Formats: sequence, C-alpha cells, structure tokens
Amino acid sequence: MSVVTLTINDKLVSAQADKSLLRAIKDQGIEIPTLCHLEGLSERGGCRLCMVEMQGSPRLLASCVTPVQEGMVITTHSERLTNYRRMIVELLLAERNHICCGCVMNGNCELQSVAAKLGVDHVRYDYLCPDLPMDASHERYVLDHNRCILCSRCNRVCDEVEGAHTLDTAGRGIDSRVITGMNQPWGTSRSCTGCGKCVQVCPTGALFKKGATASEMVKQHDFLLWILDGRDKKIWRWS
Amino acid sequence: MAKTIVIDPVTRIEGHGKISIHLDQDGKVADARFHVTEFRGFERFCEGRTFPEMPGITMRICGICPVSHMLASAKACDAIVGVSIPPAAEKLRRLINHAQYVQSHALSFFHLSGPDLLLGMESDPAARNVVGLIQQHPEIARSGIRLRQFGQEIIRMLGSKSVHPPWAVPGGVREPLNAENLNEISRKLPEAFEITEIALDLLKDRYEKFKPETERYGDFPSLYIGLVTPDGGLEHYDGLLRVMDAEGRIIEPGLHTDRYKEIIAEAVETWSYLKFPYYKPAGYENGAGLYRVGPLARLNICDFAGTPRADRELRQFRRLGVGGRPVTSSFHYHYARLIEILFALERIQELIQDPDVTSDHVRSHAGVNRPVGIGIMEAPRGTLIHEYNVDENGIIKKVNLLVATGNNNQAMNKTVRQIAEAYLSGNDISEGLLNRVEHGIRLYDPCLSCSTHAVGQMPLHVQIVDSNGEVVAERFRD
Repeated sequence: MSVVTLTINDKLVSAQADKSLLRAIKDQGIEIPTLCHLEGLSERGGCRLCMVEMQGSPRLLASCVTPVQEGMVITTHSERLTNYRRMIVELLLAERNHICCGCVMNGNCELQSVAAKLGVDHVRYDYLCPDLPMDASHERYVLDHNRCILCSRCNRVCDEVEGAHTLDTAGRGIDSRVITGMNQPWGTSRSCTGCGKCVQVCPTGALFKKGATASEMVKQHDFLLWILDGRDKKIWRWS
Repeated sequence: MAKTIVIDPVTRIEGHGKISIHLDQDGKVADARFHVTEFRGFERFCEGRTFPEMPGITMRICGICPVSHMLASAKACDAIVGVSIPPAAEKLRRLINHAQYVQSHALSFFHLSGPDLLLGMESDPAARNVVGLIQQHPEIARSGIRLRQFGQEIIRMLGSKSVHPPWAVPGGVREPLNAENLNEISRKLPEAFEITEIALDLLKDRYEKFKPETERYGDFPSLYIGLVTPDGGLEHYDGLLRVMDAEGRIIEPGLHTDRYKEIIAEAVETWSYLKFPYYKPAGYENGAGLYRVGPLARLNICDFAGTPRADRELRQFRRLGVGGRPVTSSFHYHYARLIEILFALERIQELIQDPDVTSDHVRSHAGVNRPVGIGIMEAPRGTLIHEYNVDENGIIKKVNLLVATGNNNQAMNKTVRQIAEAYLSGNDISEGLLNRVEHGIRLYDPCLSCSTHAVGQMPLHVQIVDSNGEVVAERFRD
C-alpha cells in the first residue's frame, strides 16, 4: 500500500494513502474533538469539530472526510480553530434543550465532555428552547429530540452494521429530525430489531434505555469494532 | 394617611420574597402580605419527559432539600409502576431522609435563625449573621456546621454527592451502604447527639427571654396537617395524612395519601407566585381553612415520636400547649425542629444496625402500570406532594407539586401581620422591627425556590407608601 508524507503541526509524518486526515492526526497521538465520527462507521463530516487548517487553503477542512495527500501542511490547533470549535459547540447547545443536570447521560456525555475540554463555560447565543417531543413508544428505548445533535451515528449504525435502516433523518436545516420507521412512532416500526446499537453509539442522551434515570446511562462503543472485526475478519477479541 | 411598608427581599431564607405591610389612616396595621416573587415553572417544563427522569429533574428544585423532592418524586414513580420497593430500599430511603432532616434543620436553627436567637432580634445588623455568630459564639457556630456536615456526609455516602444525589429511582434506590460507611456513621453519631442536646439547652435556657416573641410570633389557632404512622407515631417518609383542629381534636385520623385532594385544595392570589392551599372542608374564605405543616404541626398531630429521647422532649414540648391544646405559637417551630433532629439521629442509630441497609437487592423493575402516581412525604419544612399523570408510554402529561412552603403560606402571612401589629407604630421603621418581621418568616424555614417551582443574594428594601402611592419613607439593606 502506498504511503504519503505530510506535515502535521510542524512534524513530518507518513500515513497510508487511503486513510483520512483525521486518522493520520490521531495516529500521531494528537487529540482532536469529534462528535459525528465513530470508528467503524462511515464518515459524514457533519459536526465540523475536526476541522483543521491546511497551508495554501483559505478554508478549513473537516479532517474526517479529507484524504491524506502528499505534501499537505496541516495545523490541528490554533486560536482560530479553537474559536470555531467553541462556536460549534455553543450553537449545538443553543439549538435544542441540552440541560445536563437531569440528563441520563450527565457525566458520560460526549457533547458535555467536548464542551468541557473546549472551555465552553457559557453560551453566547440565545437558546432557542424548541418544544420537542420524546418518543417512548419503543418497548426498550427512548428517543429524545431535545438532546439530539443530528450526528447521524444512529442512522449509520442501523444501516451499515445492523442492516435494518429503521432510522433516518427527515426535514432540512433547523427542522431536521431523526425519524424511525419512515416517520412513525418507534414502537410501531416493523424494521427495528430492537438491537440497541443506535442507543450505544449515540453521543448524547438523545437515545437511551427506557427507565434510565439522571446520570445513569453509560454507553459502550467498543461493541462496534468487536462486531465488525468478527464479521469482516473473523476475529473476536474476547479479552 | 394609609401607607404600605415593603420589605424586599426577605433575608436568610431560601429564595426570593418580599413583605408588604399596609397601614391605615391611623398608622395601624391593616394588612400584611408575604409575596413570593420568583417563578420557576417546573410543573410546566417537566411535561413531555419520561417519568423515571423525574426524581433527577425535580431534585434540582432545591439545593437544601433535594432529598425530599427526590424521594417524593421516586414515590410518585413507584406508584406509576405499581411495585413494592424492596425492604432494603425503603430503609435506605428513610436513612437518607433522616440525614437530610439533620442537615436541613441544623442549617435553619444554627445558620439562618441562630443569629437572631443568640445575638438578639434587634442586635447590630452588621453582625447579625452567621459571621457574627462565629465571632461571638465560635463553639456554637462550629457545632452547627459539624451537625449539618454529619447529615450531608450520610447523603454523600449513599448518593455519591451531598447535593442533588441522583440516587432514589422508581422502584427503589441505586446503591446500598457499605460496612465502612456504617462504621463512620456510628463513630460520628455521639457528637451529633451531643450537639443537638446543647442546642436544645441553648433554646430552652432563653425561653423566659423570648416570652414576648412566643406570644407575638405567629401565636394563633389553626389546623395542623402532616403524616403519621398507621398507629399515630411521628412519621417523615410514608404514612397517613392526619388533620388536627385548633382545639387539638383529630378531625381526620388517617387518610390515605392518594386521597389528599379530598382535604387539600389550592387557591391563588394575584400578588404572589406561591399557591395558597387550604383545608378543603373548611373553605378558603376568611382563612377558615388555614393550616400549618412542618415540625410544629408534626409534633402536634402525632400521638408519640417513637424513639426514647425524642419522646422525652415531646412530653416537654406538649406542656407549651395551653390546657392540653396543641402548641399554637410558631416560635416553637425552633424547638420542634430540634426535637426532630433528635428523632432523626435516633432513627439513624437504629437503621445502621439493620443488616438490610447493606443488602444488594435495592431496586424493583417494572413499566407503566398506572396513569397517575402520587408521592407524599414530609420534607423538613412540611408536607410535600408530587403528583404525576403519564400516558401509556410513561411520558409526563401533567405535574402537580404542592410543597411545604406553599402549605404554610397562609400561616406565614398571618404571622407577618401579627408581628407587624405588635411591633410597628407610626412611620418609624427601625431595622430591628424589620428583622422581627423577617424572623416570622424564618420560623417556617420556607424554601421559596421550592415553592415556586433562583437562588441568590437577598438584600432588604422597605418602603412606606401613602395612600396616594407616594413613598414617604424608605430603607435599604445590602
């Protein structure tokens, strides 16, 4: 496999030519915030938190959907990037009702963790406080639109790993919503296998186990690689 | 010239409130009102959530008594799922509730009312606070902090943090105690008892001095409502609703809590965000249905406490009632509060010897089985009611919260008026008088944050307004 050489944060590194820039950055042990990216799922480039600066390019690049190329000169952390990343998180927080204290994911939430790492201690934008419903019609799981950041991990895992494609995103822009069973109550969906993969990959409290109480949900992402390695490589890592 | 005096906001209470005193042409008190000026909106924004989230959300109503809201909420959720919680879970819930009584009552007595009681109602306002108390009575101030800490520590052991522990859940609790916790509680218990006894002596030693206050700080006949055990004992977590009239007659011996609406109805006034509940059979007009809840009411209505030390104090407490009638002065809320600390400590002592409190079987699981759940318990300030309506999927459709401070609303208004009538004359509004009026509110240890479903600084603003609406005198305090 061919290898390219690029510069990341003033350091000359090599990476496999078919890998994403995000992969190359992470391989260098550099911590970069992400929300829509999850190892094992296709990339979407939706959250824009993994944006980086590339020398010669006036615009920022979402590293998860940018393939590595020979000679790239990349900066992963700068004042400009931090400002934008904070802004993204603040906009996410302002858009729906992310009230952490009573959330089932309080303490275990990826959005909360990213916000804390970026030093988001207040939100500069007006909260929209939309009046959004919860769908608790499923026997085992609940969908809470108030906590959803539209990362589409649930859509992708349902489609790409489980193969059920129960979940989708409907609407445009600020009206976008995750839907189940072609926009029917989740509990009436005939395609949902109840596997719970969507719940486990959801970074926030938007999808959770029914009956969960404040701070009680802990999600396990590692199941995904375990399943994928087993299916694709016939390797099951029992340890 | 008719005037209005406004105390805004009231200090050393939890939340935002103000008092207005209306004077008639002769400068005598025509009316007095305690206004709760904050609005929280929990009843509305909980709609649409799933019911198991409710203990975690509603405990955020208050930073002083989150445990009460958590437990009342968990009980309402138990009723929705229709399960009996494991015996260990009930004992653990009782244990955390007793711990909360210790910390909340200690806060009220030592930190909020202590400066008035020990430094004097009209002492130098610059020092009439917890800092002044620490300077003049460091041992007492330290003891108060230690006692409160004892309660907070137990809450932390069970709920992993002392404020807003997300621990009680529908069907039980999350975690039991461990052996190490039990040893620590047991080691610290003697000091807690000792501090409580010292506090009792302190208060009782000053009773002669406080005779005028006893007669003027909310001394009036009223109804009393609270929970009792099925056999009539003092109860804080579960039980039956009992109502006593002003003469000491028990007019409702033990109503199942699900039927609370048969005896409690709610009225509203345009000048306060706090509801005005009243005893339904007597009606709202002219204060006929005025009742009191909280420590004074609980000790009046119960036949006995059920623990040796608390029962001994209860016998002394009863002597404060004239001719075998209930204790009518709200000044005795302080005494009742201390007796309840004693009771809570004795119950904690019993519970930590029960092997169930370390049992792992602490949670039952079930789905939605009933559309309505009512959870009623005694918060330190009085009877606390959570009522939820849910749909078949467990989504909250309606929430009704009736909190202790609301239950005492009419009584607080009457107390403010009585103190104003006793101490106010003409246009001269001294700071000391204002503090007396405020203390009338502090007796009930109200939590306005809870009762209006904000926390903050509470400076003081008093105005005398004449009948033309013009301010003729004004006083501020930071």
